[in-house]
Amino acid sequence: MRKLGKALYLVFAFILLYLPIVYLAYFSFSSGQDMVHFQHFSWVHYQALWADKNLIAIFLQTILLAILSSLIATAIGTCGAWGIFRLRGVQRKTLLVFNNVLMVAPDVIIGASFLICFTALGIGLSFWSVLLSHIAFSIPIVVLMVLPRLHDLDLTLIDAAQDLGAGKGLIFNQIILPEIMPGILSGLFMALTYSLDDFAVTFFVTGNGFTTLSVEIYSRARQGINLEINALSTVMLLVVLLLAGGYLFLTRQHDISLGARS
Amino acid sequence: MKNKSSFFLIPYLMWLLLFVAMPIILLTVNAFTDTQGQISLTNLRAFLANGACLKMMVNSFWYALLITGLTLLVSYPLALVIANCRHQRLWLLLVILPTWINLLLKTYAFIGLLGQHGLVNQALQFFGVAPRQLLFTKAAFVVVAAYIEIPFMVLPIYDSLHALDKQIVAAARDLGANAWQTFWRVIWPLTLPGVRAGVQAVFIPSLSLFIITRLIGGNKVITLGTAIEEYFLTTMNWHMGSMIGVILIVIMVLVLLATSGKEQNR
Repeated sequence: MRKLGKALYLVFAFILLYLPIVYLAYFSFSSGQDMVHFQHFSWVHYQALWADKNLIAIFLQTILLAILSSLIATAIGTCGAWGIFRLRGVQRKTLLVFNNVLMVAPDVIIGASFLICFTALGIGLSFWSVLLSHIAFSIPIVVLMVLPRLHDLDLTLIDAAQDLGAGKGLIFNQIILPEIMPGILSGLFMALTYSLDDFAVTFFVTGNGFTTLSVEIYSRARQGINLEINALSTVMLLVVLLLAGGYLFLTRQHDISLGARS
Repeated sequence: MKNKSSFFLIPYLMWLLLFVAMPIILLTVNAFTDTQGQISLTNLRAFLANGACLKMMVNSFWYALLITGLTLLVSYPLALVIANCRHQRLWLLLVILPTWINLLLKTYAFIGLLGQHGLVNQALQFFGVAPRQLLFTKAAFVVVAAYIEIPFMVLPIYDSLHALDKQIVAAARDLGANAWQTFWRVIWPLTLPGVRAGVQAVFIPSLSLFIITRLIGGNKVITLGTAIEEYFLTTMNWHMGSMIGVILIVIMVLVLLATSGKEQNR
C-alpha cells in the first residue's frame, strides 16, 4: 500500500513537471491557432517557422553569440583559474569570493548594473554590449569548472618534465592541458548553455539592432498565443534532449575512465 | 613563475575590475545620488516615504515565501521517494531535464494551460467547477514560479537524503519509533542542511523574478525584480532603480545569513 502511494506520488510529480512541456509540443502540431482545441495534425506551424526569415536570422545570431561568448569566456576563465591556482592565502580567497559574485547575483541586478556600466563607459547598446555581457557572466562558471582539475594535477609530473629538460610551453601543452581538458570542456559547455538560456541580462543590455531568441520569444509571448512559438519550442526541446543525451554519454565514458584510474 | 602567473591573470583581473567591481560601485553610486548627480539620500527617503514602495517590498517578500513554501511541499516528498527507489540516477536526470528548457518557454506554456478555455479550466469544468479567470492572477504567479523552481529544491534535498546514514533510520525503527516519529525526529533534522540550501536556491531568485510576473501575473504582481526592470527600462529613473537594486542585494544577504547562520551554532 505504501509502495503504491510512493509510486503514485512519483507519477503525479512527473506529470506535473512534464505536462507544460508536452502540452506546448502537442499543440505545435495542431492546424488551429490556439492552445485549446487540437484541430488536426499538420506541419503548418513548422512551415511558417521555416519561412520566417527574420526568426531564422535571430536564431543564427543567437548561436553565433553563444559560440563566440563561450569560447572567449573559456579562454579568459581558464587563464584566470591558472592564475588563481598559483596564488595562495588571502589573495586567492579574495579572488574566489569576487569570482562568485556574478554566480549568486540575480539576473536583474546583473542586467541593470551592466547597463549602467556600458553607459558610463560610452559603449552603445548593440551586439557588442550583449557579447561583452555574455562573456562576463560566463567567466566565473568556467573558473569553477577548471579549478578542481588543476587541484588534481600531479605536480611531481611537472617537476619530472622540468628535470628532463622540457620547456614551459612543452609542459603546458603536453602535461597540463590534457589533464585539465575535461574541466575546460565542461566550462565551455556550461558557458554555452548560460548564453543560450539567458534572457534577463540580454533584455537589459540589448539595443534596437540586435535581439536573441529569448528576447524575441518574450516579445511575441507578451502579445499572446502564437503556435509558431510552440513549433520553435519543440525544435529547441529536441536540441536540448540531444545535448542532454550527448552530455550523459560523454560523462558516462568519463566515469568509466575515472573508475579505471582509481 | 610568479611573473608568469600574474601575466595569466591580466585578462581575468580586467574582467573582475570591469564587470564585477565597477557594476557594484556604479550601482551603489547611482542609488545614493539624485538626478543632478549630487550625493544624497533622496532615493532611499523616497522609497521609505512611499507607501506603495514599502508595500511592494513586503509583498515581494511574502510571494517569495509562498513560492518557497509551495516548492518545498512538493519537492521534499519527491526527493524522499526518489532517494528510496531504484534507478535513482534516471529519476534525477528527469528532474534536471526541465531546467535545461528555457524559462520563457515553460512560462509561455502556462499561458495556454491557464487560459480561459485552457486545460486547467477544462479539468475544473469536468469536476463541475465553473471556468474562471486563472491567468493574470496572483495565485497563477505563485504556482508557475513554484513549478519553475521545483528542480532546484529537489536536488539539494535529495543530496542530503542520499548522504543520510540508512543505519540511523533503521536504528530509530528498531528502538520503536513509528514512521512519522522517524521522519520528524531523525530524517528531517538530518536533512535540514539540504532544505536550507534549497530554500536559498529558491527564495532569492523568487524575489527578483520579472518574466513570470509580466507574462503570468499580468500587472497585478510587482516584485522587487519587476520594479527594477520598470525603473530602468520604462520610467528610465535609474537612480531609483539602483536604490531598489541595493535594497534587493541587502535583503538577499540577510536571507543568506539567516539561513546559513544556524548551522554554525550547532
